[in-house]
Amino acid sequence: MATPKEMMTTWDKIQFGAVLPSFEDPANKVRSKFNSYNYKVADWRVEKPVFNRNLCIDCDFCWVFCPDSCFEVEEVVNKRGKKQAKIVGINYDLCKGCGVCVEVCPTPIKSLLMFSEFVENDEALKQWPKKEDKKD
Amino acid sequence: MKNITTLKEFACTPDRFNGGHRLCPGCAHGMIVREVVNATDDDLVISTATGCLEVCTAIYPYTSWDVSWLHIGFENAAAGISGAEAMYKALSKKNKSYNPDKNVKFVAFGGDGGTYDIGFQSLSGATERGHDFLYVCLDNEGYMNTGAQRSSSTPIGAHTTTSPRGKLSYGEKNRKKDLTMIMAAHGCPYVATATPGSKHWKDMAQKAAKAISTVGPTFINALSPCTTEWKFKPEDTVEISDLAVETCMFPLFEIEDGHKLTVNYKPKNKLPVEEYLSKQGRFSHLFKPENRWVIEEIQKEVDRYWEYLLRREEAGV
Repeated sequence: MATPKEMMTTWDKIQFGAVLPSFEDPANKVRSKFNSYNYKVADWRVEKPVFNRNLCIDCDFCWVFCPDSCFEVEEVVNKRGKKQAKIVGINYDLCKGCGVCVEVCPTPIKSLLMFSEFVENDEALKQWPKKEDKKD
Repeated sequence: MKNITTLKEFACTPDRFNGGHRLCPGCAHGMIVREVVNATDDDLVISTATGCLEVCTAIYPYTSWDVSWLHIGFENAAAGISGAEAMYKALSKKNKSYNPDKNVKFVAFGGDGGTYDIGFQSLSGATERGHDFLYVCLDNEGYMNTGAQRSSSTPIGAHTTTSPRGKLSYGEKNRKKDLTMIMAAHGCPYVATATPGSKHWKDMAQKAAKAISTVGPTFINALSPCTTEWKFKPEDTVEISDLAVETCMFPLFEIEDGHKLTVNYKPKNKLPVEEYLSKQGRFSHLFKPENRWVIEEIQKEVDRYWEYLLRREEAGV
């Protein structure tokens, strides 16, 4: 008898007691075509969050509180030699525009802000509030 | 047991619960399930009772689960997972070669309807038989999937379609069942409460990691604010969970071996319950002058329960 993982190689060869292996290969960005990752819920939203990389401190709060797992992270090694996650962007196919990420963003000027769906991301970054604006 | 210290490290975990599910925007179910599933590196077998989570994550032909996943009826998530666990144990005993390269852990998810009311007999039975699994109750205080009917988790005063507010009615009239304590009374090795609040992600992830690694039946009661039926804006999910803890409406504690209680978070300034109630549309009628006494009742009950928890922690019995 094989190990639970080997028992589940393809759908037609499934045996009792099989435990599914992961269909994902994050390193090569391969996902099963039946993974809901490939589904688009973008038409649900009215406003979209825009991410400003320059203000981000990589606290990863948005990653943990996003209910739709739409923050894309990259694994990097920091100065102390520990691995840490770096936020690289938002997957707009999965984002429903709930705005939780903007609420939990802790930076003084938020590195995530909601903009209308029709504003281009580059345009939104130009409209970003500056430090002086905040004091008023 | 997975060591969860910083969020930066935790965020490197590859997601096993993927986006693209059809839960409402801002639904806390997604946050809780992701944290629980990511809190272990072991292979998982998951059973899900009927409810928002099951309905929204497995719409043909897509699935959000990258683990072995079992959909089962409303009443038997715990029975399903205990069957899977018993089979896994039996096969391992029978065949020496059925040795997985990683441990296999068993997790069941149920809504509050599928845990507090309908699924309670199977959960109680599975706990009594002592299977090795974790049961996570996603407590959104009502049958939100079918349009907000009351459940035994609905707190006093809440408006639902089967406990409506009106000229004479102030909403739900029965108090919320204290399921966490009931599960502790079963003698579970580990029982805890959790919320997806902004300060409490680590608390929840560590509790999940601990519960999964504990041998024997374990239970986590996770408050899951429902934007649609509690009637608040989707972006306030985290704030509402925070307020639930700060006002002690939903205190964070854990109970080991059925008796040793630890309060995990004590708010510095205990806020009045109005702060929590006023944010939600389902309690808006309580702020009318004729219903004010309900808020006072709720406050009294919350104070009494909080004092009970503190005293019990102090006594250590």
